[in-house]
Amino acid sequence: MDDALVDALLVAAEDGGVDCDGLVATVDDSDGYVFAAGDERHHGVDEERFRELAREHPRYVGNWRFWAQETPPGDDRVAFLRWLEGAEDEPLPDRLNRLEDGVETTWGQLHVTVTLADSGAAAPASQYHRQYTLRHAEDVHGEAPVDSADLTDHTDPLDARELSKHDDRNRYRPLKTAPTLQRGWRFPDLDPSALVRAVECFYPATIPNWHREREGDLDVDHWRDTAERQTGIYDVVEELPREAVEWVAEACCVDSQCTKRREWQYDEGEALEADGGDGTYPCREPCSLVVAAARKWTILEGETERTYEFDLTPSEKHQLEELIDAVADGRVDEIREADVGDGANRYRARYLRAKRFDDEGNLCGVPTTDGDE
Amino acid sequence: MQALVIVAHGSHLNPGSSEPTFEHADTIRATGAFDEVREAFWKEEPHFREALRTVAADEVYVVPLFISEGYFTEEVIPRELRLEGWDVEDWESGDGVSASHATYAAADVEKDVHYVGPAGTHDAMSDVIVRRAESVTGDPDVGDGFGLAVVGHGTKRNEHSARAIEYHADRIDEMGRFDEVQALFMDEEPEVDDVTDYFESDDVVVVPLFVADGYHTQEDIPEDMGLTEDYRDGWETPATVDGQRIWYAGAVGTEPLMADVLLERAADAGADVGDAVEQVREQTRVSPSPADD
Repeated sequence: MDDALVDALLVAAEDGGVDCDGLVATVDDSDGYVFAAGDERHHGVDEERFRELAREHPRYVGNWRFWAQETPPGDDRVAFLRWLEGAEDEPLPDRLNRLEDGVETTWGQLHVTVTLADSGAAAPASQYHRQYTLRHAEDVHGEAPVDSADLTDHTDPLDARELSKHDDRNRYRPLKTAPTLQRGWRFPDLDPSALVRAVECFYPATIPNWHREREGDLDVDHWRDTAERQTGIYDVVEELPREAVEWVAEACCVDSQCTKRREWQYDEGEALEADGGDGTYPCREPCSLVVAAARKWTILEGETERTYEFDLTPSEKHQLEELIDAVADGRVDEIREADVGDGANRYRARYLRAKRFDDEGNLCGVPTTDGDE
Repeated sequence: MQALVIVAHGSHLNPGSSEPTFEHADTIRATGAFDEVREAFWKEEPHFREALRTVAADEVYVVPLFISEGYFTEEVIPRELRLEGWDVEDWESGDGVSASHATYAAADVEKDVHYVGPAGTHDAMSDVIVRRAESVTGDPDVGDGFGLAVVGHGTKRNEHSARAIEYHADRIDEMGRFDEVQALFMDEEPEVDDVTDYFESDDVVVVPLFVADGYHTQEDIPEDMGLTEDYRDGWETPATVDGQRIWYAGAVGTEPLMADVLLERAADAGADVGDAVEQVREQTRVSPSPADD
C-alpha cells in the first residue's frame, strides 16, 4: 500500500474519523488512534502502529478510499451505488469476493453489473475501483438475450438521453419510466459518477426519490393536492369525479404502463383501489402525462350519458370488446395478418366496418348526438 | 458547489422540443463553470417539480429557457419549484422585459435557489438574434443592404411576449447594423404574412423569437410568408417572395450562442462563471460560408 493512501487515512481519522464498511479509524480520547477492521479492534495506538495496521488491511483501506474519493457528491447517489452492490447486506470481505465475479441488479428496465475494476492490478489502491456495466435487462435475461458483442457500445453517459428518447419502433417516449426502453445498447465501462449520470438520464429523479423513501421522508403529493395546485388549462382537473381518478390510475399508473410504483393516493388517508405496482422506485405525484390526460377525461366526463340502440350479433358485440382490449393492451401489432379468429384482426375490423358503418362512419347508422341538445 | 438548472417547456408529442435545451446545457457543461448542469421540463422529465432534488449543489441557479415574462416564469415555475415567498415584484420588472433575479429557499430541499428572469428578455438575446442572422446567411458581417424581422406571437396571446419582440427589435435597430428592423407578429398587425410590405431592402432576414422549432416555426410561419405552399415540401433559403429574398432562420433558441444568454443570466445572479461567457462566445462564432470567399 502506498504511503499516500495511509497518509490520507490518517488525515481522515483526525478530521472527523472514518467509519466505512467495518473500517473504523479515528482519534481516541487518550490521544492515540482507534483502528478497527472487521472483528479486529485496536485502541490507543500510536501513529506508527496505525500505519502498520492500515498496511495489514489493504482491502478495508482500499475500499474506504473508493467510497471517500471516487463517488459523486450527494447522499442519494452514494446510497444508490452502495445498494447496487448490496453493501448493507453482507460484510466487506465477502462482498469484495462477490464483486470480483460481478454483482447484478436491475433498476426498472436497466441492468447494472458492478465489478472490481481491475482485481489483478499491481497497485493496491486501484484494486478497489468499481466498474459498472449498464445494459437493458431484456438484453441480459429476457426471452431473447443478446450477446454483448452484438450490442452497440457507448462511453458517454449523456448518450442515455438519446437512447431513452424513442422506443424500439422509433416512437417518441414522453414518459421516461414507461417500460418501453429500447434495446441493443451497452455502456461497458462506467465509473461511479458516469453510471449515476446515465441512470439519471434514463430515469430522471428516480434516485433521489428512492433515497427519500428509504430515509422515510418521501414527499408524496396525492391526487387532490396535485389537482388543486393546477392553473391555466389544467385548472379543470379538480372537477374530475372521484371514481374517475380510480380509472386514471388503473389506465396509466400500473406496471404495464410505468416502471414507477405509484405511492400517491386520492388524498391523504383515502387510498385508491388500483394497484400501485411493484416498481423499485416510487412515483410521488401524478406526472404531467397523467395531468394532461386527466384534463381530457375531465372534459369528457362532463358529457351526459344517453341511450343509443344498436343491432349487433353476439359475436359483433364481443368483437368490439376485443378491439378495445387489443388497443388498450398495445397488442394490435402482434395480431397476425391472417388470424381471423382474433376480433382485433385487421380484416375482421374492416369487415365489421363495411357491414355496420354508414357513409358518415356511424355505427349501425345511429348518429352521434353532440352536446346535450 | 454551484449548479445550473435550465428549465424549459418540453413536449409530450414533439421529440425535438427539448433538443435546444440539451444542446445549450452541453455547451455550458463543457466550460466547466458549474459543478452540475441539469435540465428540467414542464412536459418532460425531470419535471420542474423534481428539478431541485436532481442536483447535489447547495447553490442552484435556475434559468428559464423561455422567451418572455408571464404565466410560466411568474406563476408555474416558481410554484412547481416550491420557491418560498416568491413574489414577482422581487424581479423588479414592471415593463415585461426587465426581470432580474432573486434568491429563495425551496420547500423540498435545503438549498439557496437563485431564480432568474427568462432567457428571452436578457439584453444578450439581441446578440443572439443578430448571430442567428449571421448563421442563416453564412455572413459574419451581414447587415448592410439587409432588413431584419423579429417575429413572435401577437399580444392576443401574451402581452409580454409582444413586448420582448419589440424590445429586441428596437435594440437591434439602434445598433445601426441593419438597414431596417421590424417587429412582426403571427396573429396581429404588423403581421408576418405581409413581411415584404414592411421592408424595402432586397434581402430580409426573418428570425422567430421561439425557443424550439415546432409547428409555428416550421409549418405556420413559412407558409404564411409564402416561402412554400406546403411546409412538407420545404423551402429555399433564401426564398424569393414578391421580388425580395427572404432568409428564414427558424427558431432563435436553436442558435448555439443561446448558451451565452443562459450563462449571463446566472452570472448576473451571482454565479461564478469565470471566463465561460468568453469561451462560449468564441466557440459559437459563425465562420464565413465558403461561397463568400
